[in-house]
Amino acid sequence: MERIPILKIGDVLLVSIQIDLQDRDVLALQEDLSEQICDTGARGVVIDISAVDIVDSFIGRMFATIASTSRLFDATTVVVGMRPAVAITLVELGLTLGNVRTALNLEKGLAILRQIGGTRSDVLGRADDDQPVDR
Amino acid sequence: MTAAAAIELPIGADEDIVRIRQLVRTRAQEAKLSLVDQTKVVTAASELARNTLTYGGGGRVVIDMPTNGRRVGIRARFIDEGPGIPDLDLALTEGWTSGKGMGLGLSGSRRLVDEFTLDTEVGRGTTVTIVKWSR
Repeated sequence: MERIPILKIGDVLLVSIQIDLQDRDVLALQEDLSEQICDTGARGVVIDISAVDIVDSFIGRMFATIASTSRLFDATTVVVGMRPAVAITLVELGLTLGNVRTALNLEKGLAILRQIGGTRSDVLGRADDDQPVDR
Repeated sequence: MTAAAAIELPIGADEDIVRIRQLVRTRAQEAKLSLVDQTKVVTAASELARNTLTYGGGGRVVIDMPTNGRRVGIRARFIDEGPGIPDLDLALTEGWTSGKGMGLGLSGSRRLVDEFTLDTEVGRGTTVTIVKWSR
């Protein structure tokens, strides 16, 4: 089994999948990411799949799970770099990635996170003034 | 044209799914399938191999390259001696799942290939055969 590296850049965690994923790699990544989001307080997760040549339902479900889990930690997940052949296959397979955000490439993915980050800290700032939260 | 000899691979563990994906990819390239068609048949193979492992209790796959006039194809036969599928119509229903999956395995992979046959008997096992032809 190979551990997929998770890089931290500011408040974003970056994962670039460069191997042919075994199911247990997928599960390990899911767990590692939740832990890392929790430990670092990251606000965003970017998963780069530009080197991934197939996404089946198991891998697709991982994206959905990571997205839902990260939301519980107030972080947003963006999947970037999906190859056209992979996208066509996913649609025909019937796999909707649910509420997983996607972007064409890393740059656009980071831009989405910046946008969301800005809006959110405004909202948070106001909420904090009204009601202090236990931390 | 001499087609490559049939190759049989075991399906007994996670890493076998990756190995099957790789062999199907190689054969699909040899059959000169388009990149999208390669991706579709590899994805279908991944789903079916996982089905064999999860529901069939493991088994094997036989991969060969049939010809049909001028066309070459890739064929994969997933064979298990597991419990079989009691209600085939139900199992082929979009979104229906007996447990862990998303219910896309059978119905989804059927859409990704040109030919799909399913042979199952309760208590005897299941064989799923898929074929994808070059255009």
